[in-house]
Amino acid sequence: MSTAISTAEEVHTHDHDHDHEHEHHELGFIRTYIFSEDHKTIAKQYLISGILWAFIGGSLSIIFRLQLGFPGMSMEWLRPLLGGWIDESGKLDKEFYLAMVTMHGTIMVFFVLTAGLSGTFSNFLIPLQVGARDMASGFINMLSYWFFFLSSVIMFSSLFIETGPASGGWVIYPPLSALPQAMPGSGLGMTLWLTSMTFFIVSSLMGGINYICTIINLRTRGMTFTRMPLTIWSFFFTAVLGLLSFPVLLSAALLLIFDRSFGTSFYLSEIYIQGQALPNVGGSAILYQHLFWFLGHPEVYIVLLPALGMTSEIIATNSRKPIFGYRAMIGSMMGITALAFIVWAHHMFVTGMNPFLGSVFMFLTLIIAVPSAVKAFNYITTLWKGNLVFTPAMLFSIGLVSMFISGGVTGIILGNSALDINLHDTYFVVAHFHLVMGAASFFGLMAGVYHWFPKMFGRMMNKSLGYIHFWFTFVGVYMVFFPMHYIGIAGFPRRYYTFTALGNDSMAAFTDMNSFISIAAIITFSAQAIFAWNFFYSIFKGKIAPANPWKSNTLEWTTPINPEHGNWPGEIPAVYRWPYDYSKPGAPDDFIPQNVPHSATLESNLPEENAEIAREKDIDGLLGAQNESYKH
Amino acid sequence: MNYLIGLLAIVFFFLAVSVITKSVKLNNKLSSTEDDDSTVDNFNNANGIGMLIFWLLFVILGSWSFLHSKPDFLPVAASEHGVRTDNMFWTSMAVVTFAFFISNTLLFYFAFKYRFNKNRKATFYPVNHKLELIWTVVPAIVMAILVFTGWRTWRDITSQAPSNSAVIELTGHQFGWYVRYAGVDDSQLGNVNYKLIDETNSLGIDFTDKNSFDDFTATELHLPKGQPVLLKIRAQDVLHSVYLPFHRVKMDAVPGMPTKFWFIPTISTDEMRAKLGKPDFNFKVNCTEVCGRGHFGMSITVFVDEPEDYKKWVAEQKPFLASNPSYLDKVPANLKAKAGKYIPMEPIATDSTEAVSVN
Repeated sequence: MSTAISTAEEVHTHDHDHDHEHEHHELGFIRTYIFSEDHKTIAKQYLISGILWAFIGGSLSIIFRLQLGFPGMSMEWLRPLLGGWIDESGKLDKEFYLAMVTMHGTIMVFFVLTAGLSGTFSNFLIPLQVGARDMASGFINMLSYWFFFLSSVIMFSSLFIETGPASGGWVIYPPLSALPQAMPGSGLGMTLWLTSMTFFIVSSLMGGINYICTIINLRTRGMTFTRMPLTIWSFFFTAVLGLLSFPVLLSAALLLIFDRSFGTSFYLSEIYIQGQALPNVGGSAILYQHLFWFLGHPEVYIVLLPALGMTSEIIATNSRKPIFGYRAMIGSMMGITALAFIVWAHHMFVTGMNPFLGSVFMFLTLIIAVPSAVKAFNYITTLWKGNLVFTPAMLFSIGLVSMFISGGVTGIILGNSALDINLHDTYFVVAHFHLVMGAASFFGLMAGVYHWFPKMFGRMMNKSLGYIHFWFTFVGVYMVFFPMHYIGIAGFPRRYYTFTALGNDSMAAFTDMNSFISIAAIITFSAQAIFAWNFFYSIFKGKIAPANPWKSNTLEWTTPINPEHGNWPGEIPAVYRWPYDYSKPGAPDDFIPQNVPHSATLESNLPEENAEIAREKDIDGLLGAQNESYKH
Repeated sequence: MNYLIGLLAIVFFFLAVSVITKSVKLNNKLSSTEDDDSTVDNFNNANGIGMLIFWLLFVILGSWSFLHSKPDFLPVAASEHGVRTDNMFWTSMAVVTFAFFISNTLLFYFAFKYRFNKNRKATFYPVNHKLELIWTVVPAIVMAILVFTGWRTWRDITSQAPSNSAVIELTGHQFGWYVRYAGVDDSQLGNVNYKLIDETNSLGIDFTDKNSFDDFTATELHLPKGQPVLLKIRAQDVLHSVYLPFHRVKMDAVPGMPTKFWFIPTISTDEMRAKLGKPDFNFKVNCTEVCGRGHFGMSITVFVDEPEDYKKWVAEQKPFLASNPSYLDKVPANLKAKAGKYIPMEPIATDSTEAVSVN
C-alpha cells in the first residue's frame, strides 16, 4: 500500500520534469515507481511505509494507554475493531494487552525508527550528500526495500490471526516465546514475528552494506572523510552497527526457531508447564538474552545516531553557524559506536547473570555517558551566538536535544547496577528509553522530513502547520513521559494490565496521573494527524520549492529541484571545503556551499585555507577518473 | 491532580489558539505581499519566545508535580541495602537533575536569546579545544565517582550470603509463587527435580534427599526482622522475576538456572503499618518479568516478623512430608527411619512438632 501512495506522488512530481533528457532508456512505470533502483524513490518508499507503521504502532499504544489510564472504562466501543479481543464484560483481553505492548515495541523500534528513519534518510541523503549518482548497488538497495516490505506484510498480517500476534514483549524472551502452551501469542503469532524479523534483518543487512560501500567508495572528488557532513558520518556508524549486530539477532532468532519447531534445547531447560514436564534440559534462557541484547543495545544507537546526525546538520544550517566541534562530534559518535557493542548486559543486571559481569558492564555503560554528554554540549554551544531560524525542522532538532538530555540523564541512574535492582522493569525504564531513544529519534525523523521534504518532493510543507505540530508533539511528549518517572520511582512494573496486585492503595495514588498520561498521549497522537495531512497534501499541492530553501551548504541542494535518477544532470560537483562554512567572517553571504572552491572566496578564507587553493587542481584532475567509474 | 490536567489543557488550548490565529494572519499577509526572505517568517520570534516560556512552565509544573507525587513514592526501604541504594539513588538523582536543569536551561535560553535578527550575524565559532576538554573531563570524573560508589554497593549486595541466613525458596510459575522453607532441623533445602512434580508435590521435592524431609511449604512469605534472608529463586515454566518493592529486592526466576538474592529486612510489618499509618499495609512479592496473561496479578503477601515471632511461626509449620505421608514411599529404604520421624503417628497436628523436638 505504501508503494501505491509513493507511486501516485511520483507521477505528479515528474510531470514537469520532462525537459531532462538525461536518462536515455525510458524505464516502465513499474521499474520507475515500484521496483525502482533509484535511491530517492526507495527512500520515499521507506518513508511512507514508516509513516504508516508509525500510525499503526501509535494507535496500539493509545489503546493500551486507555486501559492503563482508565482501568474501569468499558471498551465495548472498540468491539467493531477488535472483536473477540474485547471480552464479555467489555474489557480488553489481558493477553491482547500484552500483544499490543509487544507489537507497539516491535513496530516502533524496528519498522518505524530503524527502517523508517535510517532506511529513509540513509538512502536519500548518502548519495546526494557524498556526491554519487546512486547507491553502490541499486539492485541490492531495491531488494532491501522489498525484503522490508515482505517483512512488513508478514508482521502486519500477524495482527489479524486468531491466536493474536506475538505477546511476550518486544524482547521475546524464551521460554515464554518458545512455548505455545505458555500463551496463545507464542503460537502462530510468534512464528510470524520470527519470520518477519528474519526478512527484516536481511533487508537491514543489504541496506547497511550499500550504505557503507557508497560512503567509502562513491564520494565525489574532494569529498574527503573530514569534509563529510555529520549526517553521513552518523549513517556510516549506524550501518556499521547494524552490519555487526543484526546477524547476532538473526542467530538468536534461528536458535529460537529451532527450539520452537525442531525440539532443540538452546534456551530451554527443566520446564514444567501445563501439567507436563518437557524433555528439554541443558539450555540457557540467559543465552538468548545475551544474544538479543548484543543487537538490542546497538539497536538503540542504530535508531538514535541517524537522528543525531541529521540534527547536527539542521542545527548548524538554521543557527547559521558551523557545528561546534565537528571532529569531537565524529569522535563521540565513533566512541558511542564502539562502546555500543560492549554495554549490552546492562539490560541484564538482575537476570541472574554473574554479579561480576554486572560490575564490568556498569563500568562500561557509564563511560558511554561521556561522549553523549559531549554531543549535547556541542549542540548547545552551536546555538550560542547563532542567528536562529526556527523552521519546523529546527524546532524538532532543538526538541531532540532536549529529549536526548532529559532521557539521557536517567540512563546514568539505570546504568548503575545497584540502583537498577529496584528500577529494572519499572516505568522509570519506560520513561527513560521513550525519551532518549523513542522521542529523540522520532524528533530526528520529523526534523529530517521537514528539512528534506523540498528535496524529496520538490515542494514545501506548510510551515505554520509544522509549528503547531511541533508544539503539540513537544509539550505532549513531555507530558506523557515526564510523569512516568514518578510512577517508576513508586515501583510500578511495566507490562502490567492493571496495578491492583501492588496493593496498599498504590494504584489509587497514581490513578489520576495515569489518566493524565493517557490523555496527553491521545492529544500527542492526534496532533500527528496535522503532520500527516501536511505531508500528503504538500506532496501534491505544496508550494514549489526553491533550489536551496534553507540556504544550506551540502551537495544535495546543488541538484535540480526534482532530480532525476542520477541526481545531477551534468557533472557531479566537486567538493572543496567542509559543509559548515556558515556566517564566515568576510563572506558576502552567510553560507558557502561545499562545491565553492577556496579560490573563489579569497575574502573569507582563513590563513590555513589559502593552502587549499593549490590543491584544487588535484581535485579537479579527478573528474576523468570519477566519470570513468560510472561507465558500465 | 485533576486541576493540573485542567491547567495544562488550558495552557495547551491557548497555545494552540494563539498559533492558529497567528498562522491565519500570516497566511493572509503572505498571500498579499510575498516575502522575499522566505526562510524567516513572522513566527520566528514567537517560536523563540515559546522555547523560553515552555521551559519556565516546565520547571514550575515539573517541580510542583514532583512535590505532589513524592508522598506516593515507595516509602522508606525496609531492608539494609535498600536504605543504601535509596540514598545513592537520590544523590545520583540530584546530580543528574542538576545537569538536566543546567543543560536544558542553556538550550532553551540560547534558543530564545539568539533567535533570528537580520541585523546580526552569527559568530563563526567552530571549535574550542579547552571547552571540549572541560566537558569531557568533568562528566568523566562525575561518572567515575558514581561508578565507584555504585560498584562498591553492588559488590556488597551481591556478596556471599552470611552462613546464618534464613534460607527460603521462591518458585515462580504461571501464575503464582511457591514458597518453601528449609525447615527447623537442618536449615538446608532438599533437592527438587522438575520431573517429580505432580498434583500435590507441586515443587517436585526430591525425597531421596534427606534434607528435604523437614522442608515445609507456605502460601505467604514470612521473614525474620534483622536477620539475613537468602532467597533461592527458581522458575518452573517461563521467566518470572521476584520483586519485593519495599525491600528493594529484584531477581529473575529462570527455568533451569537457580538464582539467589540475600538481604536483611529491617522493618517489621507492624512497624511499617505504624510508620505509614495504614493498619492494613502489607509487604508484597510481585512479578516483574512478563510471563503471560496473569503476570500483573502474580503477587503474594510478605510478613516481616520479629525474630521470636518468626521462630514461633516456623515451629508451627508442618513439614511437607508430615502433611503428605504418602510421599514416604519415595524415600529410599536406608532413610526411611529418618523420614519416618516426620510422619505423625496420629492425625494430630502437634505430633509433628513433637517429632521435631525429639530429633
